Amino acid sequence: MTHHETCKTDIPKMLEISDVVQEGKGQKSFFFRHSIDCKPGQFMMVWIPEIDEKPMAVSYWSKKEFAFTSQAIGRWTNALDKFKKGDKLGIRGPYGNSFSIKNNACVVAGGVGFSSVSTLIDVLKNPLIICGARTKEHLIYLKRYKNKNLIITTDDGSYGRKGFATDMLEAVLNQNKKIKAVYTCGPEIMMIKAFEICPRYKVELEASLERYMACGFGICGKCMINDRICCIDGPIFNSKQLSQMSEFGKFARLKSGRKVTIKEYHERH
Amino acid sequence: MLQTNLCKIRLKNPTILASGILGVTKESVNRIGRAGAGAVTLKSLCHEERQGDANPTMFGYDGVFLNAVGLPGQGIDSAIKDFGRLDNLSVPVIGSIYGYRIGQFGEVAGKMASLNPVMIEVDISCPHLDYGKPYYADATLTAEVTRVVKKNSGKIPVSIKLSPNVYDIKEIAHAAEKAGADAITAINTATGMVIDIDARKPVLNNKIGGISGPALKPIAVRCVYEIYETVKIPIIGTGGVTYGKDALEMVMAGATAVGIGTGVYYRGIEIFKRVCDEMAVWMKKNKVKNLEEIRGIAHK
Repeated sequence: MTHHETCKTDIPKMLEISDVVQEGKGQKSFFFRHSIDCKPGQFMMVWIPEIDEKPMAVSYWSKKEFAFTSQAIGRWTNALDKFKKGDKLGIRGPYGNSFSIKNNACVVAGGVGFSSVSTLIDVLKNPLIICGARTKEHLIYLKRYKNKNLIITTDDGSYGRKGFATDMLEAVLNQNKKIKAVYTCGPEIMMIKAFEICPRYKVELEASLERYMACGFGICGKCMINDRICCIDGPIFNSKQLSQMSEFGKFARLKSGRKVTIKEYHERH
Repeated sequence: MLQTNLCKIRLKNPTILASGILGVTKESVNRIGRAGAGAVTLKSLCHEERQGDANPTMFGYDGVFLNAVGLPGQGIDSAIKDFGRLDNLSVPVIGSIYGYRIGQFGEVAGKMASLNPVMIEVDISCPHLDYGKPYYADATLTAEVTRVVKKNSGKIPVSIKLSPNVYDIKEIAHAAEKAGADAITAINTATGMVIDIDARKPVLNNKIGGISGPALKPIAVRCVYEIYETVKIPIIGTGGVTYGKDALEMVMAGATAVGIGTGVYYRGIEIFKRVCDEMAVWMKKNKVKNLEEIRGIAHK
């Protein structure tokens, strides 16, 4: 009897940062010249020794290297912000499911959620990208995607069109009947709007969700959304699955496991 | 063939989800039930909400799994609102409790009993928090906690979960039985540490954690074997059970039911059905009709 199942390994490996790219004000991509087997939409667990370990979407991927993109907003991301080329971080993964690849797609990204759909954009054939951010300062990847079909919206009109990305999505779906699939990642309030818009145009949606995670491999039970385990059943869920998840857009669980509103969850995490 | 009677609770099979894995929400309990577990133990709850430690709180490699989560939990009062009751789910539910002080064990047990679980399991053995001398390491303290929990649990049977990190586990098990425990859950994790040589630091945020997974199994089998020789109450054999053969080993050492925790990491929640299938295949091949025939047989 062979018992290959118990050979499973999920322990952080200290990897040297090969490059740090400033993506915007407070947003940086951390590159590692290290080969990983990764599908669009998957994430890594990133350990800063003596601080904490957090899930981060793989935002750049090739056979030779990968990166993740972070926005300095909390204790962990501010600690990460000080890391430079040559420093080491503990990495394990990749984890989670991945986006299905459909052509004639529209990708709707909000803020740093852009980093969760960027490896998808890199494999899609000529997708239409709607990128929304609060202000010009919160925009990332403008140079990276300058040759793509990219529509920018900002809440305050400081760059691109003034308004929300989901309003633009509705306008696009209204005009362009060729779009068959919508992919999204961003604030949950934005994703739930996209979830409400898509069925009106008979378009399939896939959304990448975020919940507090400790293990990343489906046993700690903190990232449950109804009966789905976000880290292994997700983080990507399709329209049908989302329609069965009554907590989507409404509730999330704190580190303690207590269920709170999405608003309280974001205030406390 | 696999039907099990644990303290007069009828289980369709002897596999029980161990405390600390996935048992945080009602819907995850239902899902584990649908996946085939005989019973599900909730993640331990105490008198207050706890956020637990920073990550990494767990990792695995080469058949070894370490965790130090710092007992996160929403607290019993919040859980009462969240769960409502525990007797209307897809599977029998065991409520796991603990406290900082002896009186708190009683308070939490009483509140847990109001949810109507089939059993209350008492975590006296979690090695991650330092409240002075741990309850698990002292027969007198174990007996005191047992008495307090029994007094507050009404008719609901109580199982005391023991730690292997003691000189003589038989003495502790005996004290629990004498103080009125209805069952023993053996064992909790064994303490350990892993240092990353590149980071030059222990990997767990708490530095020291508990070892589980296949590496824990021989220790668990030894403990169950020793406890079976000492007490008459049933034992839930827990520690490193990953395959059907591990569960059979536990039964032969004397276990009535078998806890599965870290096994979920290795084989997913399908593990309950797979372990049961593997047990049944072995039993048919060896003409064993029920688990009673082989329970404790390693002692004979």
